[in-house]
Amino acid sequence: MDRVIKVGMADLKVIAGNGVLVTLGLGSCVGIALYDRTTRTAGLAHIMLPSSKLIKHNQNRAKFADTAVEYLLELMMKMNAQREWITAKIAGGAQMFSFKGSTSEVLNIGERNVQATIEVLRQHDIPIVAQDTGGNYGRTIELHAANGILVVKTIGHGVKIL
Amino acid sequence: MSFSFDSLSSLHLDILKEIGTIGAGNAATSLSKMLDRRIDMNVPEIKIAEFRDVEDIMGGAETPVVGIYLEFRGDISGTVLLVLDVISAKHITALLLGNVYCDGLWEDFSEIEVSALEELGNILTAAYLGAISSFTGLTMKPSVPYFACDMLGAILSVPMIQFGQTSDKAMFIETDLINGTERFRSHFIVIPDMESFPVILKALGVV
Repeated sequence: MDRVIKVGMADLKVIAGNGVLVTLGLGSCVGIALYDRTTRTAGLAHIMLPSSKLIKHNQNRAKFADTAVEYLLELMMKMNAQREWITAKIAGGAQMFSFKGSTSEVLNIGERNVQATIEVLRQHDIPIVAQDTGGNYGRTIELHAANGILVVKTIGHGVKIL
Repeated sequence: MSFSFDSLSSLHLDILKEIGTIGAGNAATSLSKMLDRRIDMNVPEIKIAEFRDVEDIMGGAETPVVGIYLEFRGDISGTVLLVLDVISAKHITALLLGNVYCDGLWEDFSEIEVSALEELGNILTAAYLGAISSFTGLTMKPSVPYFACDMLGAILSVPMIQFGQTSDKAMFIETDLINGTERFRSHFIVIPDMESFPVILKALGVV
C-alpha cells in the first residue's frame, strides 16, 4: 500500500517515486501541488496567507504563498527534480462564510490567497495545469507521487480528479 | 506594542479564562430564558495549541461541523466563531424549535434550523462580549451571524488565518452546554484583533 503523508495547516512536504501527500479540510487556505513527472517528485504546501512580506511573524515559510513555493522548489531540487518539468495544480481558496454585500477583508482571504498563488507561480515560470478554487466549501486533496494526479474531495460537492 | 499568544503570561491566560467563565455563565442564562428551561454550561477550558494540532483536538479536519461566524466592532474589534459537531447542532435546533430530533438528515439544515443556529451564535456572542464589557468598560457591537456546515478544517481556516498573521498558535474556549442529562460540546473561538489585545489588557489594568 502507498504510504500516506499528511500535510498540516501551514506545512509542506516533498516525496518522490510513490506515496500520497494529503492535506485535509482546506478552506480559505490554498493547497499548492508541484510535480515533476520525469523524476516523479511531488511537493504539497498548505498555505494560509498570500505574502510573507506584509507580516512580521513570518518565520514559518510554509505559511505564505511566496515563501512556500520557493521552499518547495528548494526541497524538490535537492531530490533531483528537473526544474523545467515542474508543473503546478492548485485547490482551495474558498470563502467559507458569505457576507451578503459586505466586503470583509477577513472573509475574502481565500480569493486573495488564490490570486497570490497564481502570481507567485507565474514569477517562477511554473505552469498551472489544473485548478479547483473558490466556491464556499471545504476540500481534502491528495497528490499521488506515482502519476501527479490530484484528487479533490468535498462534502456534498463531489470528487474531482485533476 | 506587538502582541502574540506566544508571549501571554499565565496572568493574562487567567484573565481570559475568567472572562470566558463569566461569558459562559451569561450565555447559559440567556439560553435558559430563551428556551424556558435550565441550561448549564460547565467551566470553560481555555486551550492554546499549535495550528497543526487544533483540528485533532476538536475532532479531525474532515469531521463535518457547523460554524457560526460573527465580527464585532467598537472600542475593540475582532471575530467570533462558534463550532458545534453536526449531531449537537441538530439536537440544539430541536431544542430551540421545539421539534423532536430525528436521525438521518444530518449535514442538511433547513432554513429555519440555520436561523435557529445563527440565533444561538448571536446569544453566545452577546453574552461573551457582555462579559468583556462588564470587565473592561469597553463597548462593542456584533455583526449579523453567518452559518456554514462543512469540514472542520475548512471552517477553522477562517479564524486560523487571522491568528496566522501573528502567531503559530491559536486560542479557543471549549465548553459544554448541558440540558439535563444531554451534553453538547461547543467550541467558541474569540479573536480580538491584534491591536485590540493591548487595549483589553490595559482596560483590565494589567499592563
